[in-house]
Amino acid sequence: MRYTSHLDLHKTWERTIRRTGLPLVYSQGFNPRPKLQLASALPLGFTSDSEVLDAWFAETDLSITQILEAMQKAAPPGLQIHNVTEIDSTKPPLQTQVRSAEYVITLLESVPNLEVCLESRLSDSSLPRQRRGKPYDLRPLIETLSLLLPDEQGRSRIAMRLSAREAATGRPEEVLAALGISPESTRIHRSHLIFDE
Amino acid sequence: MLAPSEILSRLERLLPTVQKPGRYTGGELNQVVKDWDSVKTRVALVFPDIYDLGMSNLGLAILYDLLNQCPEVLAERAFSPWVDMETAMRSIGLPLFSLESKHPLIDFDIVGFSLPYETLYTNTLNALDLAGIPLFSSDRTAKDPLVIAGGHAAFNPEPMHAFIDAFVIGEGEEVIHEIVSVHQAWREQKVNREDLLHSLAGIQGVYVPAFYRAHYNSDGTFSRMERLWEGAANPVIKRIVAQLPPPLTRFIVPYIDTVHNRIPIEIMRGCTRGCRFCHAGMITRPVRERPMDEIVNAVEQAIAQTGFEEIGLLSLSSSDYTQVVDLVQTVNQRFVGRHLSISLPSLRIETVSVDLMDAVMDERRSGFTLAPEAATERMRRIINKPVSTEQLMETARAIFSRGWPTLKLYFMIGHPSETMEDVQAVADLCKAVLAEGRKVLGGRATVHAGVSTFVPKPHTPFQWVPSETIENIRAKQGLLKRQMHTPGLKLTWTPPEETLLEAWLSRGDRRMAQVIFAAWQRGARFDAWKDGFNYQAWMDAFTETGLDPAFYTHRQRLPFETFPWEHISTTLRKKFLFDDYLRSQREETLDDCRQGCFACGILPAFAGVRRQHPGDIWKCPDVSPRPQMKAQDLTKSEALG
Repeated sequence: MRYTSHLDLHKTWERTIRRTGLPLVYSQGFNPRPKLQLASALPLGFTSDSEVLDAWFAETDLSITQILEAMQKAAPPGLQIHNVTEIDSTKPPLQTQVRSAEYVITLLESVPNLEVCLESRLSDSSLPRQRRGKPYDLRPLIETLSLLLPDEQGRSRIAMRLSAREAATGRPEEVLAALGISPESTRIHRSHLIFDE
Repeated sequence: MLAPSEILSRLERLLPTVQKPGRYTGGELNQVVKDWDSVKTRVALVFPDIYDLGMSNLGLAILYDLLNQCPEVLAERAFSPWVDMETAMRSIGLPLFSLESKHPLIDFDIVGFSLPYETLYTNTLNALDLAGIPLFSSDRTAKDPLVIAGGHAAFNPEPMHAFIDAFVIGEGEEVIHEIVSVHQAWREQKVNREDLLHSLAGIQGVYVPAFYRAHYNSDGTFSRMERLWEGAANPVIKRIVAQLPPPLTRFIVPYIDTVHNRIPIEIMRGCTRGCRFCHAGMITRPVRERPMDEIVNAVEQAIAQTGFEEIGLLSLSSSDYTQVVDLVQTVNQRFVGRHLSISLPSLRIETVSVDLMDAVMDERRSGFTLAPEAATERMRRIINKPVSTEQLMETARAIFSRGWPTLKLYFMIGHPSETMEDVQAVADLCKAVLAEGRKVLGGRATVHAGVSTFVPKPHTPFQWVPSETIENIRAKQGLLKRQMHTPGLKLTWTPPEETLLEAWLSRGDRRMAQVIFAAWQRGARFDAWKDGFNYQAWMDAFTETGLDPAFYTHRQRLPFETFPWEHISTTLRKKFLFDDYLRSQREETLDDCRQGCFACGILPAFAGVRRQHPGDIWKCPDVSPRPQMKAQDLTKSEALG
């Protein structure tokens, strides 16, 4: 299911909730949309265990535990629901509170001098890159970048925390490219989303 | 062959490099994965176009469900990879695999192709080739999978006869189980492939082309079909189910967007209207309805099982469903406030349809579709879709005044005896309808005309008529493009080359198999796609095989001509079709056959079935009880059919 796009994932959540029969709230107007907001879009091909979303429900007699159980039962393969919490509806949506995202990258092919390479990128004061024809500096978007212990199969792993604010989002493929690693020879996993306090 | 684990690991390397990788992963909600070694028969169901299209095919979903309900059988899906994926697969030697277990197709016992339309033929060859299965049936051995095919296009199986071991003619719900059990019995003895084909040919509705040889006259026309084995049926009579089984509700829910993201519920099968151009209306007789409560319950269950946001209540002519008003009201009451949209396609051109659509919950209310098919009353009499222009205008007015801003009108050009005046009338009618819309909604009203080109189909009253030539199609489309270049009016049309391809293949004979093969070798595939269709490859294929495309399309076929598809029987009598063709030339219409039976041929052929299922299930009249007979006579008369 990591090849599900952001829009399609949104649809997957909507259908999961429709299967539960829970009273999801829809927007008013000509083309009513379900009130569901994912905190941060997950790029195609990434896996994640840190998906967080806001969903608006109408009044219901069900307890939080019952809602969680209903959602778990209705979830499709590949989507595991860990937790449901009730929040104050006056709070700002999650989307506006995301600060940074952490990724774990597994390298499917070995890369020589990986550690040296990481340190050298970190010591750079700027990393000029282009995305969709626009030049920008990748370096300030990298908050942390380090080597992890290899996985059970002995494959190297890199951890990174990148800024994830609106108009200041670091993309892990860009960091990999700056390291001289082809993103296609890696597995990218989003392990954590960090929100404003 | 490659193990599934190896296929998976190769696949994982390809996926990040192709468009829409979600087409190739499987793993969706409601897919069925069985232990490969726990079953006796493994069936791969292939829709030879991309996942996005194939996942919306109801026939395939039904067979998938039916087969997987059998403990001894597993069914998995496969689709054509898009061009980028095909290149990637060929470059690393990845064979076509099933989405569920990632087994290569060649490991399956049976590979079944869905052939709803002719433009999937080259994709079928390509899928076989990608799977490493010998393309020609005659080259396959007992080690290869059995390759079967079914669907509406299989009613003229001849162009594909060389590539398919056995065709299913008609409805698959029952016959699929018979095919599986014949296969299981054969596997236990496993003598040779010929034995399997013999037992398959013994099943009613199964056509094994290897047991027939085609003969032609000196002028190239078809002469007769010779049986090479006396056990082979001639004709092969189509299969029907006496009563539609309860509808499928446990649909696979794709993670990615597909053409129809909806729950398809077939409310009835067949059509009593008798539009003369309509292949589906002729081959899916008799009309059988599903009980209303069964439909409503199915909708409820399907929502709980899939979560889809749209329900399609499908049939060839939804207005004709006996309890259609009740059905819509009940569905409405039961599902109000659940943010679903209900679609009810194929409505008749009458204001009642507008009431129906008005009652149907559709939060978007964007467009309303009507299919007049022709723009003059004369032409609509010829095609037997008699609707007066006044009735059409009145319906259009009702549609706009109830708030639909867009009216979509479907037409065909190239009907028999069509003149430029009839084509001009399409433009005039659309403008008149738009003017009505403007009166009600002002500049918000739009009319969208979808103009396709008529292709004469086998087993219809128009099977004798020539198709329109490419020059005429271009002239007619040119006229429409000039005349309909108006704000508020949108025109779409079918490329003439695509129409010709469909026409060659629709009424082709066995010799067309060489053309299909040659075109495929020259790179033809995705013929139904604008960016895939390769006209030159087809023209070169005709040149290479020495066949004349015009022979198949532009020839007025003679009244007494034998057609290459006559050994395949829809049970509609040729005389019935021919009389109806003559009626069309006299501009005479034929009523809805629920008002009175016109003896098309269905009832005598299926009298026994009808007798066992009397009453409202069918829209055909009841047949009188069988006269008393001795047991011996009974078997004899059954054998005579």
